[in-house]
Amino acid sequence: MAGRAQPLSASTWLGIAAAAAIPLLILTTSAAVVLKAEAGRGFSAADWAAIQFTIWQAALSAGISVALAIPVARALARRRFPGRGVLITLLGAPFLLPVIVAIFGLVAMFGRNGILNGLLTGLGFEPISIYGAHGVVLAHVFFNLPLATRLSLQGWQAIPGERMRLAATLGMGPAAVARHLELPMLARVVPGALLIIFVICTTSFAVALTLGGGPRATTVELAIYQALRFEFDLSRAAYLSVIQLGIAAVAAFIALKFATTPGFGPGLDRAQRRWDAQGLWHRVFDFAVIGIAALFLLLPVASVLLDGLPRILQLPEPVWIATLRSLLVALASTVLVVVATIAIATAATSVGPRSRYIEGAGLLAIAASPLVLGTGLFIILFPVIDPSRLALPITALVNAVVTLPFALRVMIPAMQTFEADFGRLSDSLNIRGWARLRLLVLPRLRRPLGFAAGIAAALSMGDLGVIALFADPETATLPLQIFRLMGAYRMDDASGAAALLLIVSFALFWVFDRGIGRDADD
Amino acid sequence: MLTIEHLRFQRDEFELAADFSLAEGTRAAIIGPSGGGKSTLLSLIAGFDLPDKGRVLWDGEDMGLLAPGKRPIAVLFQDNNIFPHLDILTNVALGASPRAWPAAAAMERAREALSQVGLAGFEGRKPGVLSGGQQSRAALARILVTERPVVLMDEPFAALGPAMRAEMLELVVRLLPEATILMVTHDPEDAKRFATQVLFVNEGLVSLPTGPAEFFAHPEGAVAEYLS
Repeated sequence: MAGRAQPLSASTWLGIAAAAAIPLLILTTSAAVVLKAEAGRGFSAADWAAIQFTIWQAALSAGISVALAIPVARALARRRFPGRGVLITLLGAPFLLPVIVAIFGLVAMFGRNGILNGLLTGLGFEPISIYGAHGVVLAHVFFNLPLATRLSLQGWQAIPGERMRLAATLGMGPAAVARHLELPMLARVVPGALLIIFVICTTSFAVALTLGGGPRATTVELAIYQALRFEFDLSRAAYLSVIQLGIAAVAAFIALKFATTPGFGPGLDRAQRRWDAQGLWHRVFDFAVIGIAALFLLLPVASVLLDGLPRILQLPEPVWIATLRSLLVALASTVLVVVATIAIATAATSVGPRSRYIEGAGLLAIAASPLVLGTGLFIILFPVIDPSRLALPITALVNAVVTLPFALRVMIPAMQTFEADFGRLSDSLNIRGWARLRLLVLPRLRRPLGFAAGIAAALSMGDLGVIALFADPETATLPLQIFRLMGAYRMDDASGAAALLLIVSFALFWVFDRGIGRDADD
Repeated sequence: MLTIEHLRFQRDEFELAADFSLAEGTRAAIIGPSGGGKSTLLSLIAGFDLPDKGRVLWDGEDMGLLAPGKRPIAVLFQDNNIFPHLDILTNVALGASPRAWPAAAAMERAREALSQVGLAGFEGRKPGVLSGGQQSRAALARILVTERPVVLMDEPFAALGPAMRAEMLELVVRLLPEATILMVTHDPEDAKRFATQVLFVNEGLVSLPTGPAEFFAHPEGAVAEYLS
């Protein structure tokens, strides 16, 4: 809308305030860690090791994830088979999968008593350990192979069908198609995918917490946690937080500058019509690649369910209490996300060209490390109150902040569409404020809002980040409870709790996505 | 009296200039080539855009910075005139009571308006099950309940066939006999049938209002080119 000079409404101001709160929180917590960090302290050998390991494991994880994803994406792009759409949908599931559940599944597959070691020892080889650097990389590949596959698949889908037809009329075989069509596409897609996954792997605290540790597999975030929880060295935690801020900021800047958007893009289940690679061996190769990838991704989750489901009813009381706590945290976080998302999206569509600043402020949290946010809040609160007393509210708040960018990416385009279609009609009828929200915005935007709320609830339910910094033994959430059960080698209880967490997380997503989004009008 | 006083509006390369008045109860057809500024003129009057210079006055009162919903103006858009997720009755009642829960009196008034446009019995239906003509009638019913003296119509019935369009225009004339109406149209026949005045908008210049008989009898220059 050009040239409007109307005063901003109260709801727009609320959105601006919500958007401004994000950079304010990041800046406040960053300032707290910077002020607490001792200038000129210098890097200890352990600090250097943590920095090097953080960058090394993130680079290796990104490289392996993308390298493995390319043949999977190519196979999915050029083959049609029953269940293909379901498989591609499932590639989005690890995004919502609680990290601790995936770790538990990976331990079941690749751990000391896992299937792989069973095979190795059966063949006379020494068993391998999943704990350490290779475990961290394995878990990162598990989480990011699907993302890399979806990003690459988008690249394949972006090749116009006419080009494939032209290639067919020219008689181009698989090698020629790869050389002239696929490699140029990959040259555009791969750098972005590598950067996005690199950024994700620099801030995946829960993986390092559960599988890493020791001098050779400690990330900066894990070192922050150890400095706070075990050494109670606030100064070192702050110093490491500044380093983590630097790593995340540089990585996020490079990723935002060069990366393509992953999106939740529809249409990925559309198979591309291909005339090359129709030979038997090409088909066998493609289906083998798809099968191995599917097994790698599905078996750990299936093993969690198969092993854990029968144990759920025998779970001890503390696990159920932790489940209740997690549900409360997830619901509080979801309410925060929904309110903030609606307010920010409303403001972002009400202020004309300045909307990008509001949207940008809301999206800023994507570069924030939850651990650094938590450390900053810990430093701020510690002189005033015992931080563990605020463990649950702070976990809900930080979870909401880090989930907000995903919700905004879903809601802002939907709100823009609504305003483009019905904004002027609503304005001309003077439908504003609560009436506009109740009668028009919420009913029209139920589907994206339900999806955003589902993401917020599931991610918060499965989070194992800030809570680990703040919680005392009395205030564990379910993911932290599972971590503690694993640490105490109570694997039967951990297995049941992991299955419970998996079910509750996806149920929350389903309830919000279907509950709010059901029967939504198009 | 609707007065457009020394209005100037510029966006990028495009500039619109208008300076005219319409007596109360006038039905003006706004015609002219695409991109000439017809819809921009309506946007400025409705308050969706604000002029760089000049004023829009109703009965001598400057509408200045009044928000669109606060102006004595109702609008029928080219499309998206009906909220598709609300039933027809609520859609119409919002014209009189734009609140989260429209007032009972507004609902009653909406029923009457629906009856006036021939949609009695359609109150509980969603717009998706109505034909294009019925949706246009529902939008017209909402205009009736807003009871605003000025109505702007931006090719509101363009999606309808010629016969249905003529029927709708007759309905507008019959149900809004006292309203001051400005209607953008591409069809000279609609203008002849409906308008008491014609405004020709070309390359950002808005002509003075002319009676349709005179306008169509002796077209010259750009008007003749457009009509041919």
